[in-house]
Amino acid sequence: MILRYLIILLILLPIKAFAVIEVDITRGNLNPLPVAISPLDIDKNSKDNFKRILKKENIGVEISIIVENNLKQSGLFDPLNKDAFLQKPDIANLKPRFEDWNLIKAQALVTGKVTFIDEKLRVEFRLWDVLAGKEMMALAFTTVPSNWRRVGHIIADKVYERLTGEKGYFDTRIIYISEKGPKTNRIKKLAIMDQDGFNNKFLTLGNELVLTPRFSPTNQMVTYLSYFRNLPRVYLLDIETGMQEVVGDFPGMTFAPRFSPDGKKIIMSFAKDGNSDIYTMDLENRIVERISNHPSIDTSPSYSPDGKYITFNSDRSGYQQIYVMSSNGKNVKRISFGNGLYGTPVWSPRGDLIAFTKLHKGKFYIGVMRTDGTGERLLTENFYQEAPSWSPNGRVLIFYRETKTNAKGEGFSAKLWSIDLTGYNEKMIETETDASDPSWSSLLSN
Amino acid sequence: MNRNIIISFGFHTLLVIITAMSLPFLAKKPIDLPPIVSVELIQITDKTNIPFAPKAKKIIEKVKEKEKKLVSEQAPPKAVKKIKPDAIPLPDEKIEKVKKIKDKKQNPEKVDTEVKQVSEFEKKELFDTNSIAALIDKSKVESAETNKKLDKITQDQDKSIDFGGLSLSEEDALKAQIFGCWSIPLGLPYNENLLVRIKLQLKPDGSIIRTEIIDHARMNKPGQRFYKVLAESALRAIKLCQPLRVPSKGYERWKELQLNFDARDMLEG
Repeated sequence: MILRYLIILLILLPIKAFAVIEVDITRGNLNPLPVAISPLDIDKNSKDNFKRILKKENIGVEISIIVENNLKQSGLFDPLNKDAFLQKPDIANLKPRFEDWNLIKAQALVTGKVTFIDEKLRVEFRLWDVLAGKEMMALAFTTVPSNWRRVGHIIADKVYERLTGEKGYFDTRIIYISEKGPKTNRIKKLAIMDQDGFNNKFLTLGNELVLTPRFSPTNQMVTYLSYFRNLPRVYLLDIETGMQEVVGDFPGMTFAPRFSPDGKKIIMSFAKDGNSDIYTMDLENRIVERISNHPSIDTSPSYSPDGKYITFNSDRSGYQQIYVMSSNGKNVKRISFGNGLYGTPVWSPRGDLIAFTKLHKGKFYIGVMRTDGTGERLLTENFYQEAPSWSPNGRVLIFYRETKTNAKGEGFSAKLWSIDLTGYNEKMIETETDASDPSWSSLLSN
Repeated sequence: MNRNIIISFGFHTLLVIITAMSLPFLAKKPIDLPPIVSVELIQITDKTNIPFAPKAKKIIEKVKEKEKKLVSEQAPPKAVKKIKPDAIPLPDEKIEKVKKIKDKKQNPEKVDTEVKQVSEFEKKELFDTNSIAALIDKSKVESAETNKKLDKITQDQDKSIDFGGLSLSEEDALKAQIFGCWSIPLGLPYNENLLVRIKLQLKPDGSIIRTEIIDHARMNKPGQRFYKVLAESALRAIKLCQPLRVPSKGYERWKELQLNFDARDMLEG
């Protein structure tokens, strides 16, 4: 009898074990995350000091605006209107009343405090998870007051990284070609600015034609192309010191230079007798090595982030297409097979994608494909656009776009644009002059 | 003697395995009979505010009851008892408790403790600040209170206990709600395992008593930082969505739910 009860009990137990219901959530929304960026709190003494030094009324508010603009620009965040905030910055930074922030639908909250200590700017900030009611991150920075914009960018980077899972790209700079004058007689200068368009500086005078500047992925060195006695030459420029030098003296043309991922080599095209191939040059010992050897035109080389592969474009199939080869020049494999011409391949810093320019039926496209050539996605289409360059986190592309001239030769302009991998968040980057050939730096602070 | 015991043990084990594998499926059958599906359909329309739904619900229930009597005597109609509103703790009490806790300055130089974090619950302890302590206190009180109330409800609802899963329409309602709340972090790697499993303990009104990330140890593993971001986004979605759209009855069935958040389809597509 007992045994029978025992059996019944044993039968019932496993049924109970099956009872937890599982529901698979395989979809979500890609809407920007609502985030509240409270103005940074500042005491009266600090406020007066910064007003004297920086000529800014309230530096706490100014820094919070930089954070807000950066996050908004990324397309992944929706900074809420400050007028709706119920809690004042000083109290919010100590202990936010999460109910109030929840009320205005904020999911994350940034608070902070600015102080003037020993002639320096000290900023502390905190990131709060409003729904969980807890602090996610707290950091403090001290720097010279003139660096206040960078502090804003760094805060935005930290918030971005904590909430999206990948590094930000706000504390970065963009080097580009500034253009002025009529199309037939353009003055081109090398220029550099913060990624949000501020702190613009010219690096060359505009006497010589300059083209294709590229940042080193490891430091603040730039390689670019400039004409010397009507021959294009590859140059190196150290932004910190302003020193520049020509990379070797070759009998033919050198062009399309780019750094290797470790910053120790330059990979470029070298043309001789109508044939161009890909070469590398070691920057320490200046030893030049030939990588590709084919009677066709091979150009626009770009290393994979691990340095094991090189992508380039070549017309060896009869049309310009994208190829991938090992870094020693072996195992050449064509990866682009769509209709049209493919050029300017650039390997993503994440390593998963290659960005390119495509010309098809008179239209220019910026697109991405996987490194084996599958999954081609065209992100944007226009009359003329090219030269994509990746943000350091591999999420956004910057490129330039030209407009059509009318019959009188007027209306021409070239501007920098950015687009993220979703293809929806396309934005023009304001520059003082016309601009082309942008290149994105790595993060200035890590 | 020993041999007999071994044989007996062997057969009993076999019996247990067979029943464990097959009985739940047998048990599910009557639950999935058409009458119950139709009741749930009304429940969905009720939520979408179609005006004639309550009437239709009554009519269909009557019809189904008649049908049941005709078809089978073994499947008695469920005893449906409404949950008493006074069984749910009032939110005001909680808010007051939080307000009482004094603020104290935190040291910002201590900085991010994300590396140390093991789970959602342990993180609160690591921060060790008054504000976090307040939250822990709050959650303790909250769960204790709720558990008391839940005991009552459980006794009330004993008759309607069943162990089947959610029906398709119930599941769809819940999914649709959470889809809207879940903001997927777009910086996640495409080629990684992006599955976060979260176990929930629910109140009868669908609000959350407790959440637990099942694979929380993964948060600390090297190269898995994205997992923490993903898990946090899933937790945010649950909190944003609560009270969850759960069926109005059969609380015993769904008082514990497991939500499997998988971002792969969204990010690859």
